[in-house]
Amino acid sequence: MQFESLVAFFEMGGHGLYVWLSFSIAVVVIGFNLIQPWLNQKKIFIALNKKYQHENRSQ
Amino acid sequence: MKTAKQPILPKWFYQLASPKWCYQITGMLLPLFASLAIALLITGFVWALLFAPQDYQQGNSFRIIYIHVPSAILAQSIYITMALSGAIGIIWKIKVADMVAYTCAPIGASMAFLALITGAVWGKPTWGSWWVWDARLTSMLILLFLYFGVMALYSAMEKPETAARSTAILSLVGLVNIPIIKYSVDWWNTLHQPATFTLTEKPAMPIEMWLPLLVMVVGFYCFFATAMIMRLRNEILTREKRTAWVKKLVTEIDR
Amino acid sequence: MIRIFWAELHKDLLLAYRRKGDLLNPLLFFVMVVTLFPLGVSPAADFLSELAPGVLWVSALLAALLSLDNLFKADFEDGTLEQLMLSSESTYMIALAKALAHWLTTGLPLTIIAPLLAVMLFLPTQAIPTLVLSLLIGTPALSLIGAIASALTVGLKKGGVLISLLVIPLYIPVLIFGASAVQGATQNLPVTAYLAILGAILALSLVLAPFAIAASLRVSVSN
Repeated sequence: MQFESLVAFFEMGGHGLYVWLSFSIAVVVIGFNLIQPWLNQKKIFIALNKKYQHENRSQ
Repeated sequence: MKTAKQPILPKWFYQLASPKWCYQITGMLLPLFASLAIALLITGFVWALLFAPQDYQQGNSFRIIYIHVPSAILAQSIYITMALSGAIGIIWKIKVADMVAYTCAPIGASMAFLALITGAVWGKPTWGSWWVWDARLTSMLILLFLYFGVMALYSAMEKPETAARSTAILSLVGLVNIPIIKYSVDWWNTLHQPATFTLTEKPAMPIEMWLPLLVMVVGFYCFFATAMIMRLRNEILTREKRTAWVKKLVTEIDR
Repeated sequence: MIRIFWAELHKDLLLAYRRKGDLLNPLLFFVMVVTLFPLGVSPAADFLSELAPGVLWVSALLAALLSLDNLFKADFEDGTLEQLMLSSESTYMIALAKALAHWLTTGLPLTIIAPLLAVMLFLPTQAIPTLVLSLLIGTPALSLIGAIASALTVGLKKGGVLISLLVIPLYIPVLIFGASAVQGATQNLPVTAYLAILGAILALSLVLAPFAIAASLRVSVSN
């Protein structure tokens, strides 16, 4: 462990803002790229199901 | 007696070119990459924040390297992947290759954006300002522009086939230009910047620093594989929606 | 193969000559953009002379960019382009001829008028030959690279701004070496290296760009 206390961990020797800003943005970017396709997949399934039902009915 | 010609590449390679088989194969690979990505990234984050030593000169802000370098590497690798799969798609007319190129672009652009932002945030405690026209940051900015160009060209075209071919040509032209751009920006930078600041001291990095970096780089690659496979599968479903296997797949999984 | 090159070149130059307004537009744009800088920032001689290499090169680049939209559009709209591509003629040569015609009607006039603007921006006189030389080598490369973007977007309705978006990252090396050559000349430093690299970029564009242009035209026309 590089830090003696939790407070020291947050402050990062005065560079806390920069380190935590960078790591948070990284989490957001990575998370977005993983979550967005996952949500899209559900949407696609629902939309395609609707479309196929519509086609079946109109036949 | 004449024998049938032996295929040069393994069978699964040819199977990948078919959307249906690609969907199935990637379906099996996805859990592997996803769990690897999550494991490596969490390990990397914790290691980078808690256990890696701080830099003698830059202090704790040096930890940003564990985000900046992997995202920069990915931004460049993904562009190469995008250009090469575009080329494969246009030369051998493989639809799956077109789709791979299409899905790479937003992920690559996100990585370039992340590299730029972390570079800028790192610059503030290191050099005193939120932006410097450093050679590597400037090259990364131009790479982001190249990504935006590809994405803009794609959205301007109506038919996916023409969009795929046009963007393949554009990304190949960009690929040829990337070394030229890097060389010219590097050279321009030495002309105008007095000292050479390198954001990453790559040579003399002790093992306590490059080991977590390695974990992060591999983790980022696994993240790219996961994100790309997820987008690819969505794209396959959308484009192949008229085929029987998609209809069967979608209607059988009742949501 | 050479025949189609000359035929296409002759046709484009003839058409351009008939619409003299189109020939003047990039030139006027060049002059006006250069005028904006003293007006927008400062007319002080020492300030302008320091900016001059970059301002002249950026303005020339933007002026060359301006006329890219129309490079293939006229031929595309009346079907000539499709006919040319369907014929057995070499698309490589057609692409090369079109890029050359663009340079002769855009880049070359810019290069010729540049010394006048250099004087207006107080560029030291010893740098003017280098300015002309760098533009002479650089602007054909700009035409060739720009033609790729023009060919990619010729089928689109609002291709104009998109072309700029696509091509400006690719123009950056030419800009860097061109402006640095002029900058070096103002300080009496040797500039052969910069001009040589510009020449290398031009040579590479001359060989490779027509392939990319031809491929892009094929995609756009078959749409």
